[in-house]
Amino acid sequence: MSQEHNAYGYYPGCSLKATAHAYGDSTERVAEVLGLTLNEVADWNCCGATEYMSLSAIPAYSLIARNLSLAAAQGHQEMISPCSACYLNLRKANDSMAKYPALNEKVNRALGAGGLHYDPNSLHIRHLLDMMVEDVGYETIAEHVTKPLSGLKVACYYGCLIVRPRTDGYNPEYPMHLDRLMQTLGAKVVDFPLKTHCCGGHMTQISEETAFELIRRLLHNAADYGADMIVTVCPMCQLNLDAYQPQVNAMFGTNYEIPILFFTQLMGLAFGIPAREVGMGAEITSAAPALGKIGHEEMEPARPKRRDKKSLPMPQP
Amino acid sequence: MEEVQTRKPFFDRVMASTPGGNTLLGCLQCGTCGGSCPSGPDMDATPRKLFAMARANMEEDVLLSNAPWYCVSCYYCTVRCPQEIPITDLMYTFKRMAIESGHYNAESHADFSQSFCGYIEHYGRSFEFGLATRYHLTHHPLQMVRKTGLGFQMIQKGRLNTAPDRIHDMPQLTAILTEAKRIATEDEL
Amino acid sequence: MMEDRIGVYVCHCGHNIAGTVDVEHVAEWAASLPGVAIARDYKFMCSSLGQELVEKDIQELGLTGVVVAACSPHMHEPTFRRACERAGLNRYLLEMANIREHASWVHQHDVESATEKAKSLISGAVRRVMELEPLEPFMVDINDATMVVGGGVAGINAALELANAGHPVYLVERDPSIGGHMAQFDKTFPTLDCSACILTPRMFDAGNHPNITLLSYSEVEQVDGYVGNFTVRVRQKARHVDTELCTGCGDCWEKCPAKVVDQEYEAGLGYRTAIYRPFPQAVPKYPVIDEESCIYYQKGTCKACEKFCPTGAIDFDQQDTEIVLNVGNIVLATGYDLFDPRRVPQYGYGRLANVFTSLEFERMLNAAGPTDGKVVLRDGITEPKSVAVVHCVGSRDENYNPYCSAVCCMAALKFGHLVKERTGADVTSFYIDIRTTAKNYEEFYHRLLKEEMEFIRGRVAEVTDAARMPGEEGKLIVQVEDTLIGKQRRIPVDMVILMAAMEPRNDATDVAHTFGIGCSEAGFFTEKHPKLDPVATMTDGVFIAGVCQGPKDIPDSVSQGAAAAARVLTLIGQGTIAIEPVRANIDEEHCSGCRICNNLCPYTAIEYLPDLEVSRVNPALCKGCGTCVAACPSQVITGQHFTFDSIMAQIEGVLYDTYNGNGYVSVEHEVPLATG
Ligand SMILES: Cc1cc2nc3c(=O)[nH]c(=O)nc-3n(C[C@H](O)[C@H](O)[C@H](O)COP(=O)(O)OP(=O)(O)OC[C@H]3O[C@@H](n4cnc5c(N)ncnc54)[C@H](O)[C@@H]3O)c2cc1C
Ligand code: SF4
Ligand code: SF4
Repeated sequence: MSQEHNAYGYYPGCSLKATAHAYGDSTERVAEVLGLTLNEVADWNCCGATEYMSLSAIPAYSLIARNLSLAAAQGHQEMISPCSACYLNLRKANDSMAKYPALNEKVNRALGAGGLHYDPNSLHIRHLLDMMVEDVGYETIAEHVTKPLSGLKVACYYGCLIVRPRTDGYNPEYPMHLDRLMQTLGAKVVDFPLKTHCCGGHMTQISEETAFELIRRLLHNAADYGADMIVTVCPMCQLNLDAYQPQVNAMFGTNYEIPILFFTQLMGLAFGIPAREVGMGAEITSAAPALGKIGHEEMEPARPKRRDKKSLPMPQP
Repeated sequence: MEEVQTRKPFFDRVMASTPGGNTLLGCLQCGTCGGSCPSGPDMDATPRKLFAMARANMEEDVLLSNAPWYCVSCYYCTVRCPQEIPITDLMYTFKRMAIESGHYNAESHADFSQSFCGYIEHYGRSFEFGLATRYHLTHHPLQMVRKTGLGFQMIQKGRLNTAPDRIHDMPQLTAILTEAKRIATEDEL
Repeated sequence: MMEDRIGVYVCHCGHNIAGTVDVEHVAEWAASLPGVAIARDYKFMCSSLGQELVEKDIQELGLTGVVVAACSPHMHEPTFRRACERAGLNRYLLEMANIREHASWVHQHDVESATEKAKSLISGAVRRVMELEPLEPFMVDINDATMVVGGGVAGINAALELANAGHPVYLVERDPSIGGHMAQFDKTFPTLDCSACILTPRMFDAGNHPNITLLSYSEVEQVDGYVGNFTVRVRQKARHVDTELCTGCGDCWEKCPAKVVDQEYEAGLGYRTAIYRPFPQAVPKYPVIDEESCIYYQKGTCKACEKFCPTGAIDFDQQDTEIVLNVGNIVLATGYDLFDPRRVPQYGYGRLANVFTSLEFERMLNAAGPTDGKVVLRDGITEPKSVAVVHCVGSRDENYNPYCSAVCCMAALKFGHLVKERTGADVTSFYIDIRTTAKNYEEFYHRLLKEEMEFIRGRVAEVTDAARMPGEEGKLIVQVEDTLIGKQRRIPVDMVILMAAMEPRNDATDVAHTFGIGCSEAGFFTEKHPKLDPVATMTDGVFIAGVCQGPKDIPDSVSQGAAAAARVLTLIGQGTIAIEPVRANIDEEHCSGCRICNNLCPYTAIEYLPDLEVSRVNPALCKGCGTCVAACPSQVITGQHFTFDSIMAQIEGVLYDTYNGNGYVSVEHEVPLATG
């Protein structure tokens, strides 16, 4: 990690100030430990979530572009977003403006009414997770681990918007970078086939039947694979899986008790930061029992399964 | 510009209002989108079928469909579509067109989006507490009882602010959005 | 100098040109150009009436040059050259102006610009033709030996046709054995005849034919020369087995302790040893040692094979050998690679054990394959009760390959039949469109419908093991929109077969480069004409056959192999061929002997004559590329047919309405190059 590369523009988004303050708190503490400077973009506004685009396209793009313009004007070249929905919107506005000149012209005309301007691609928008694994890197992260999460089995849940529709080289269906990060922290990662499936998004507000079924699938799949908890990279995913878990249980007659934490919280714990400081306890489905497991147990070495003599080889990587 | 009578004005409008929308001409009707959609089972018509109906210029049927409102923006369809059609963006276009023409079904909860955006236009930030109360009081007063339990817990845990956050330069944002809305009525993308 | 009398002929090409370019106006205008004696427009210049028009004018008006403004010279330059010749005009005094591909087709919606561009092109051609000189093609003998590259079913058939006609053939195959993909199959659609039964006799013939020299385990390194006289350098990779001594007894691979997954012949579904013969009917029958997996080459000890070989045939010191071949023609039949379905992550290949590729499944079906032809899951034991066949994996998809892979629908039906026959399992095909266009193919589809294979119209969205509903536990679930019903469905199955696309070989562009031919956007070799010349290429003497030209089935691959052989036989029958006199020529009187050109020539066609202290071009090797012409500091190298004067004249002609106030400037005067 080079010296000039540890300061970033930071766009927390509305959730990190409220429903996901645990994400915000842990991000700030982890950044501190890693020596990263996150400069919050002054006077940023909401990105419109998944709603504004349903009303009118030009205002939706303009709403987002105000943030891009402010960040660029405040001298940032890279802007980090911890929220996947914000990340997608910011990227989408930037990329669409770059690709469609007519749109760019209109959005800039609107920005002009507020005395602002934005040149597409003058800002590089990245998700917090991408910054952690690419810029900080697994090795550096490993160096900061003082309390490895040995014995903890986690399902890594990426959700949609961090890998789709833009992938930045990550697999849009089966990414592995969060998995690798969790392994770096000492946790055991379980396979989680639904890792990029939908958490229900805003459907919790619109149709519980639809949303709860999507949440149920995720909980069911994580439980199936023996996960102690689900790790998320998005406030919306965390909210839906965590806060609605009791209602999902009520609707389907199930009794899932799977804590849902942000990846930065687990980084913090592994770095030895006190639990309170990384927002532990803010979750509705308590993580305390699962975290009780974290000690200094040795991880069992993964031993390749002995295959039956008759069995056919799996496709080679 | 001269008014041109096209054979499929609705279909053409759908494509013109979506960046990259003319890729829709290449839709194979393969159903990858409908198969991938997490809300697929709840939709009265899959995205694929909506596109077939749009191609047949069936404006009313398309705009009255519940499908776009069930879209969760997961972008699975978009990355899997073999013709690189921006399906999720087209769902947004359908929603916009439905709201503009007042053609949406009451069940479709377009006003959820409207309430959400109302708060943004007032404060520059979203406001979950206000949204949840206002929206659910009008739509599912009964659910509200259950929700209050949850809401209470959320407030306790510091996860729900009871007063909205607001940005400093609200006049600037208002000016931008007012101008943007004016431009939006001018013409299409 | 004789006065220029040029004839200009503007073709309508039906609507192709006349629909966009105002041809009458262009012809009228062309008549007014200096040096033009006659200008005409005509509906189809290439018709016999059109050609006669040109011939008549040459004779009656004494034309000194002809410009035909029509289509690409690739299409009809030979046609009009012959017409000129019949009328007594040297064939090189013809110039084509391509006003179809270069004007009407690319400016379809702009009549005015297309017409202006046509004028510009014609003006350039008229100026150029005035500078051209009569030339004579030179004749070269055709070497009657042919090299066939790729020993799949297409290459084998091309080689046999040529050899049976009595001509020598070198069959160069990269793998240890010929046979290609067909050798991996069990049955072939739609007749279900046994693949090995029909292929191995041909392989045997190819391996034992007195006229065929089989160079297996070999790579073509370099190709020089031109039609009739190619020189090819082939590298024969070291087998580490002396084929003079080896009897193919198999003691070596029986004893070899290094077992690896066989990615080639077994498509990853079976194992082989480090010393191996891909399959029992391999031609030639000799094994090879794969250095990558051989314990001796990796660790320095073992040599078990050497100890057990009864004839002492193992030779660890054997080196690659280089062979130089002289051949008159080349047939490329390099086939295809299978699309790697890992690139479509939602289908779970590589992650979900019981997702198979079509080629893996072919091996599974094969009685000599890793399961002895039993249809079983990856555990090697359990028979599936339900099988899903997923069409269009990596094909018909802009994210991967936009083209249709042509054979997968039929192969899917074949699988359906064989699975039902061997296990009685339910088989469901998931398709976008069923494509069964060749003879007896649709009938085969009807047969499978009656055999109760299920068909769901919808491209599979994902294959998952994440059970959601009762009945899904422990299964693979195929999620799809049944588009004929308009509903999302989840079909639980035991096994999924992915019908992966046939793709160009991963080195296809390099191979194309070596042989001087082109590739389509997708990467398949480009034919000279998609309809009328499907097995020839833009490089004379290089032909293509089989799937390397585009996806196709075995009958079509075989036909193309035979067609390529027929084209070669035509050339051999002619005995000689006329070579374009487009060659570089050094004016030895003014050559300073600096030798700059010597090393620049990519075809090593320039030799230095020390006693005369000048360089000289060998016309048999020169390809007329012009590199030396541009490089010569004394400007004494001329490209015949592309002289400095003719090129400058053409440029001035093209710029007729902008250059020097619309007037012509003759190249005889020193003209400064336009500096803006
Ligand atoms: C799953 C599947 C099932 C099929 N089933 C049928 C069927 O039932 N019936 C049917 O009609 N068709 C079937 N096909 C199609 C059939 O495989 C092809 O039509 C046929 O194999 C093409 O033959 P080919 O000679 O062009 O290519 P290939 O079989 O690919 O042979 C090419 C040969 O060239 C060699 N080679 C490649 N590059 C070089 C190089 N640079 N130098 C030297 N050698 C080289 C290769 O090693 C190989 O031996 C099927 C295809 C698939 C994928
Ligand atoms: S996935 Fe794409 S091509 Fe297929 S039906 Fe949907 S929009 Fe059309
Ligand atoms: S030396 Fe190599 S090829 Fe021979 S037996 Fe040993 S591993 Fe096999």
